[in-house]
Amino acid sequence: MSDLHNRLVSAEADRPDLTEENVNKGEQLTQMQMIWRRFRRHRAAMVSLVLLLVIVAFAFVGPLVWPYDHTVSRDIAGNLSPSLQHPFGTTKQGNDVFAQTMRGAQQSLKVALVVSIVSTTIGSIWGAIAGYYRGRIDAIMMRIADVFLIIPLIVAVAAISGNVRGGTTWYAVALIICFFSWATIARVVRGVVLSLREQEFIEAARAAGAKVTRIIFRHLLPNAAGPIIVAATLLVALAVLTEASLSFIGFGIQPPDISLGKMVEGARTAAFTRPWLFYPPGVLIVLICLTINFIGDGLRDALDPRQTMVRR
Amino acid sequence: MTTTEHKSEGPVAADDEIVLDVQDLNVTFSSEDGPLQAVRGVSYQVRRGEALGIVGESGSGKSVTSMAIMGLLPRTAKVSGSARVLDQEVIGLNDAQISKVRGRRIAMIFQDPLTSLNPVYTIGYQIVEAILTHRKTTKQKARERAIELLDKVGIPNPERRVDQYPHELSGGMRQRVVIAIAMANDPDIIIADEPTTALDVTVQAQVLEALEAARKETGAALVLITHDLGVVAGHVDRVAVMYAGRLVETGTVEDVFYRPRMPYALGLLGSLPRMDEERGARLTPIKGTPPSLLNLPQGCPFAPRCPMVQDVCLSEAPVLTAPEDAEERHEDPLARHLAACHFSDQLAGARPQDLFQATELRGSGPEAVAEEEKDAEAGSGAEQEGDSASSEILLSATDLVKHFPIRSKGILRRKVGEVQAVSGIDLELREHETLALVGESGCGKSTTARLLLQLIKQTSGDVRYKGKPLHTLSEAQMRPLRRDLQLVFQDPFASLDPRMTVWDIIAEPMQIHGRGKEAKQRVGELLDLVGLNPEHGSRYPHEFSGGQRQRIGVARALALNPKVLILDEPVSALDVSIQAGVINLLEDLQDELGLSYLFVSHDLSVVKHIADRVAVMYLGKIVETGTTEQLFSAPAHPYTQALISAIPLPDPVKERTRERIVVTGDVPNPANPPSGCRFRTRCPKFAGELSETERLKCVEEPPVLLDRGTGHQDACHYSKAVELI
Repeated sequence: MSDLHNRLVSAEADRPDLTEENVNKGEQLTQMQMIWRRFRRHRAAMVSLVLLLVIVAFAFVGPLVWPYDHTVSRDIAGNLSPSLQHPFGTTKQGNDVFAQTMRGAQQSLKVALVVSIVSTTIGSIWGAIAGYYRGRIDAIMMRIADVFLIIPLIVAVAAISGNVRGGTTWYAVALIICFFSWATIARVVRGVVLSLREQEFIEAARAAGAKVTRIIFRHLLPNAAGPIIVAATLLVALAVLTEASLSFIGFGIQPPDISLGKMVEGARTAAFTRPWLFYPPGVLIVLICLTINFIGDGLRDALDPRQTMVRR
Repeated sequence: MTTTEHKSEGPVAADDEIVLDVQDLNVTFSSEDGPLQAVRGVSYQVRRGEALGIVGESGSGKSVTSMAIMGLLPRTAKVSGSARVLDQEVIGLNDAQISKVRGRRIAMIFQDPLTSLNPVYTIGYQIVEAILTHRKTTKQKARERAIELLDKVGIPNPERRVDQYPHELSGGMRQRVVIAIAMANDPDIIIADEPTTALDVTVQAQVLEALEAARKETGAALVLITHDLGVVAGHVDRVAVMYAGRLVETGTVEDVFYRPRMPYALGLLGSLPRMDEERGARLTPIKGTPPSLLNLPQGCPFAPRCPMVQDVCLSEAPVLTAPEDAEERHEDPLARHLAACHFSDQLAGARPQDLFQATELRGSGPEAVAEEEKDAEAGSGAEQEGDSASSEILLSATDLVKHFPIRSKGILRRKVGEVQAVSGIDLELREHETLALVGESGCGKSTTARLLLQLIKQTSGDVRYKGKPLHTLSEAQMRPLRRDLQLVFQDPFASLDPRMTVWDIIAEPMQIHGRGKEAKQRVGELLDLVGLNPEHGSRYPHEFSGGQRQRIGVARALALNPKVLILDEPVSALDVSIQAGVINLLEDLQDELGLSYLFVSHDLSVVKHIADRVAVMYLGKIVETGTTEQLFSAPAHPYTQALISAIPLPDPVKERTRERIVVTGDVPNPANPPSGCRFRTRCPKFAGELSETERLKCVEEPPVLLDRGTGHQDACHYSKAVELI
């Protein structure tokens, strides 16, 4: 036995330090840096982000430098084909379609932004409260949400926006869409929270004496981030489309202002004869929706710290 | 071959045909981060009628090996080497070919009986299906065979049960059905992958018996894969120990358990809390964690954790060889004792303490740090000094009752019944004491823990902390008291918020209680205290192993300097070598910080090791309580006796020769507990020893806890202490 002990002692002495884990090699990154790093690995999301930034610049910076605006101008001849001066041609009335597209994209993006913030916030909190408390509170809150869910969005928005005084502006349209769309988010969040609240880490927080607000905002909502983001991006796409559809059927943004939907509507007969009037706004609607969806995908993955590509 | 005649060579020597011959099996998964070598060069043989145990911790490749033999691995897995079943090569067969082998030659029993049966078919249908797949026979005959099989695995009323659906059967019953399906075609080999891990101990004993019966009936070879050394000790002839995808030691059970020649096997035995040993002996954990299979070290995979590591270990991987001075020379080549260690010759007669205690005493242990901790909180240190036999009662429960309502579906949600989770229990937790609450799943022990913390409200009864009633307090009034009462959870994966860094997790209790400023310094101290690197605070929980996460959970619970820690199965989700480290940590912390523990567990071996007093729960009631000493040396209640004798001992001879008190059946539904004594439906005494008139008392009169000596109480009308270990 003494032989073994000698061996042990000598082994201890010249033993390389192997017990220290070999994980901690990379530099320490802040949370934001890590999220950004993970987001960058998502190729579709990165391409979409660049594309969306280009569209945003086009919509918000473009009008400042472009010589024409979206209104009818006497300087512009009607029915022109695309040229350097008017890249997307002009309408019969004498609008510069390029300028109109910029204005339309701006309206769509503003609507999308407002809906994404307002609807998601209200819906998430509503759903989290219902899911956390369960029981009667949940039943009442979700029945209210159900009412909003069963009303067909387009019909309701059309009915209301037709009656809003002073015509319909973009923020009115956005708020009306919010009013009828938060319930989808609430449903998703409630479902996720119902299962999350049974997890032991929630109980751990309760055992530490955490208040309800802390549990909801620090633990439940961050852990529901994945589904929330997916639902929110779908919603944003839906908002862009709803705004376009409303304008298309004439209940959305009213002239003299212009939106992408309105432009598609105006050019619907010209799709084959003068495609430059129809395709730019149409393609832009599709692009905005697609890019936002891909960015949502990338964000969902990047926000999840369990993703494998961390510090290596 | 002069001394011990080995089991496998005795009666079945006539046909000692090798039914499973695995040679140099390798399994590699391709992952995003490179190849993952799950199994590396595994070779073993099994004879007809023989039982081989494969032991290893999670991730050691023990399941993957058998999945490879069964051809059940996903396509992404690269399998090389050979596995011959009755001289037929099975590696590389296509699906149609291997289907002829699967089920007929090799049968497999999986871990989880809840998911390995199809819920939409009756169990009879599923057994018949297994028979008809490989045999040409009529449905009627197959059904008769199914009933016969159910009878053989010990299912009562097989004629009636055969037409039931899986959900109508308990977990233990379902696992027996799975065993019956495995037996259906008289296989040559039965592979059982952790067959009892998901079951309670008393049920585990029954299922292992059914497995034994299946083996005898079919004459098949058994490959029993498990992490539980106790299960292996009692049920197999030979053992193979796996580590990081390799076999590191093989031999007869006696050789491996009594004369281990590989430091890892030795370490595993040393880190196991044992019921047959005195309390007080410290466990000897193995340092560190098993290596990642992605970047395996070049030499011996165990080298980074091995206390006797040498340069040669780091460069050269040892192969399985017989130690030169092996005590016994088995003539049978399969039973030969082999170990994969360069220095196995030096391990002759070594005990775990010789090897592993030595490392534990080095400075990195928590002791050194804990002392600083004590200085840091000199203020609270004063009251910790005064603990003695007459110490103060910190936490007490009197006549505690919790019934969960069962509500009807639909809008009205009327109450249609109630689950009696806890039905009137009394508990007292004294200062600087460990009280263990023991019982099988569903006995109400976790509910009790949560009632004591007021995380759920009791139906009736009261809970007091230092004499102050807690059950009348509102959530806000309770908050300051939560500092003193903290909880550690069972599941180290679910109990840490995956979106928060470890630093945030540990700091959270301090922030909640308005001490966020202290957090900066204290989190580092706490990480140090529980044996983690303070610099790792910025990492997320998923970057840590199970044992490390459990340490994080402990650090969080300690953040507010609590007086009482309620530990809800704190080590049952951990591997043995890791578990020992956490148990030692808990013991050290108790000594250093003067904590009181309420230790909720189903594992009597751990309880024996750590607890001062034990309370045994069955169906919401405490059936026996006493000091650890009293309870284990002279258990009086039949349930306690059954529990103790159901725990497998990691000692082949003791395990095979010990006296057993076996209970039948499963825990009754707590929504409708039996009248009188709740244990009577499973009680061996009630069934076997008592007369008709004596039984009447059990049926009509619920027994109360009675003191029959010095503080040793039990709730049985006919209790009689027995010595079991």
